[in-house]
Amino acid sequence: MPKTIKSITNPKLRLEILTPQEVKKIHDATLWIIEKVGVRFPSKLVLEIWAAHGAEVDSEKMVVRAKAGLIEKALKTCPPVYSLAARDPQQDLMLDGNHVFVGTDGCGVEVIDIKTGMRRTSCLQDVRDISRIADATEEVAFHWVPVSAQDMPAETRGLHEVKAIWENSTKHVQTESIYNQREAHAAIEMAALIVGGKNQLRERPVLSLMQCSASPLGHDGGSLEAALVAAEYGLPTGFMTMAANLTTGPATLAGNLAVGNAEVITGTALIQLAYPGAPVFYAAAQTASDLRSGAYTGGGPEDFLYGAASNVLADFYNIPLSMGSFATGAKEPNWQAGIENSLSTFMASIVMSDMLLGVGFLHGSRIWSFAEMMMDCEIFSIIHKTMQGIVVDDETLALDTIAAVGPGGNFLSQKHTLKHMRELFLPQFMDRRPFNEWEKKKDDGRDWALAKARNTLEVHQPDPLDEGIRIEMAKIISSLEKK
Amino acid sequence: MTEELFQKMAQSVLDGDSDAAVALAKQAIEAGLDPLEAITKGFVTGVNQVGESFACGQAFLPELVMAGEAMKAAVSTLEPEMQKRGLHRTMLGKVVLATVEGDIHEIGKSLVGTMLSASGFQVYDLGVDVPASRIIAKVQEVGADLVGLSALLTTTMVKQKEVIDELDKLGLRKTVKVMVGGAPVTRDWVQKIEADGTSEDAIGAVGLAKQLVSAA
Repeated sequence: MPKTIKSITNPKLRLEILTPQEVKKIHDATLWIIEKVGVRFPSKLVLEIWAAHGAEVDSEKMVVRAKAGLIEKALKTCPPVYSLAARDPQQDLMLDGNHVFVGTDGCGVEVIDIKTGMRRTSCLQDVRDISRIADATEEVAFHWVPVSAQDMPAETRGLHEVKAIWENSTKHVQTESIYNQREAHAAIEMAALIVGGKNQLRERPVLSLMQCSASPLGHDGGSLEAALVAAEYGLPTGFMTMAANLTTGPATLAGNLAVGNAEVITGTALIQLAYPGAPVFYAAAQTASDLRSGAYTGGGPEDFLYGAASNVLADFYNIPLSMGSFATGAKEPNWQAGIENSLSTFMASIVMSDMLLGVGFLHGSRIWSFAEMMMDCEIFSIIHKTMQGIVVDDETLALDTIAAVGPGGNFLSQKHTLKHMRELFLPQFMDRRPFNEWEKKKDDGRDWALAKARNTLEVHQPDPLDEGIRIEMAKIISSLEKK
Repeated sequence: MTEELFQKMAQSVLDGDSDAAVALAKQAIEAGLDPLEAITKGFVTGVNQVGESFACGQAFLPELVMAGEAMKAAVSTLEPEMQKRGLHRTMLGKVVLATVEGDIHEIGKSLVGTMLSASGFQVYDLGVDVPASRIIAKVQEVGADLVGLSALLTTTMVKQKEVIDELDKLGLRKTVKVMVGGAPVTRDWVQKIEADGTSEDAIGAVGLAKQLVSAA
């Protein structure tokens, strides 16, 4: 089975979305917010950590105000480069600022059934199926928990989900579905089984934790405590802001970036204060709320700008970025999905965001579509190819070949052509057939993408997880379940 | 003179200017106007106008919210005067709202609250991370017609069911309708927990609430 992972590296395309002065201005604004307005940390444990480091803590409102010096000093201990380990070490992911990796999106609540095509509530089997297909693709480099295993008990759901992914894929797992200390401890024990002990996790973090902030200017208590547990054992952690223009952030983009930035860097600073040097990443999926309904839009020019700007901020703090791209608001794989997912992913890629989340969703990360998943992979492949730019040298200028063909000839039978033709992009889901062939079937990329997903699910056999490990993992989970 | 005041009241709501709305409400009390008339002929006219321009795509959500807040500010200024005169506003119904236990996500629930109160519902907003027992106690205390339960996580969404089960046990489901909301809530979930309805956004929630109270 192919173990290759496709990532964007050494790009030829560049974009300057914010000048260094503008970044500094956003940073200063963020520090002002943190010092004057404060950020809510609804956890006694976390408030104690802040207080011990000299931040001003309002215990009643659970709001922390910290001086610029404290935040800036804490952020200095963030490691700039580290790897996300995979069950198969060949698939480790280097977060060094020169790779863009794609994950599956998460965590949705409905699935368009791969067999029946009917929309229904997501369950554990969906997590297994999606992970298995993702394991087989070159484009998906790591997993989020794609959908919620709603047939599992709420108190251990997050554990059933990561186990299902490990059983069906050798790639790195980043979970966004563990929200308390209890589950975090159990997840660490499960991850330790894979690498042969908790101490090995520091070297080989096969699991990382992503936590959402509660915009504007807040965090979730359980999520913070779970992140601290992960950081203690050296698992990478990140805080994701989804501050949205109009509702959870100001209507203006710069202000919304500052609000989101205040959430992310206070969460990051907390981890560094508690465990200096722990691997951390910046995470963002900012958007604009819809002017009419107030709903999360998951697309549009604002998203595209956030996609590019967030990495500039993460670079300023010298930490990797996990960026929300894809995640169209479209209800089915269509025109809107194509535009939103292509442009958001292009803008996040051109600035070299380290991790992109992710493939597979419709309706703003709520409904999983296997066809959309495969088409999103193709979007990434197109951008991957585009980012390589145009190579200009003697070989690519091909003067000898041009001279040999001369005016009026053609290049089809040239050796140079044979040598380089496979460098041209060959789409899987775009219709380049003659019109009459299309007319006979009237099918399109959506049908082919779904067929590919179905076929992959049928034939792909991931490297199995050791039976002993599976049994131990199951024991850890059942010990936490209410009898 | 009174007509002019009513127009100003409507305009204060249209402008989403709570300070102006409060000042006009005070002016009405000082002038000895019927507070109910101030609401129906003044402020409500403004709410309706914003609603109409929203419906035809000329106004947007922030304008609706600000109008709702101005309206609310005006009504609470007029409230003591209404009590003094023994007057009651006819409300569409009483709604208890909460984000369920274990969940701190507030904005969607609060938005629904603002829209409902602007549309003539009496809203009791209990805030976030509210245990079922407190929700039930409030429902019984105020004699609620509707309960609105918000959750953003699939793991906290289960608490919506807990509240419904509790209402069932107490035999309150005949009189109290339950609306559930939040990003993970689907129609399947609504059916599964036997809630009375859901809406993906706050505007839809108003329509749903009206439908539920008129069916009761």
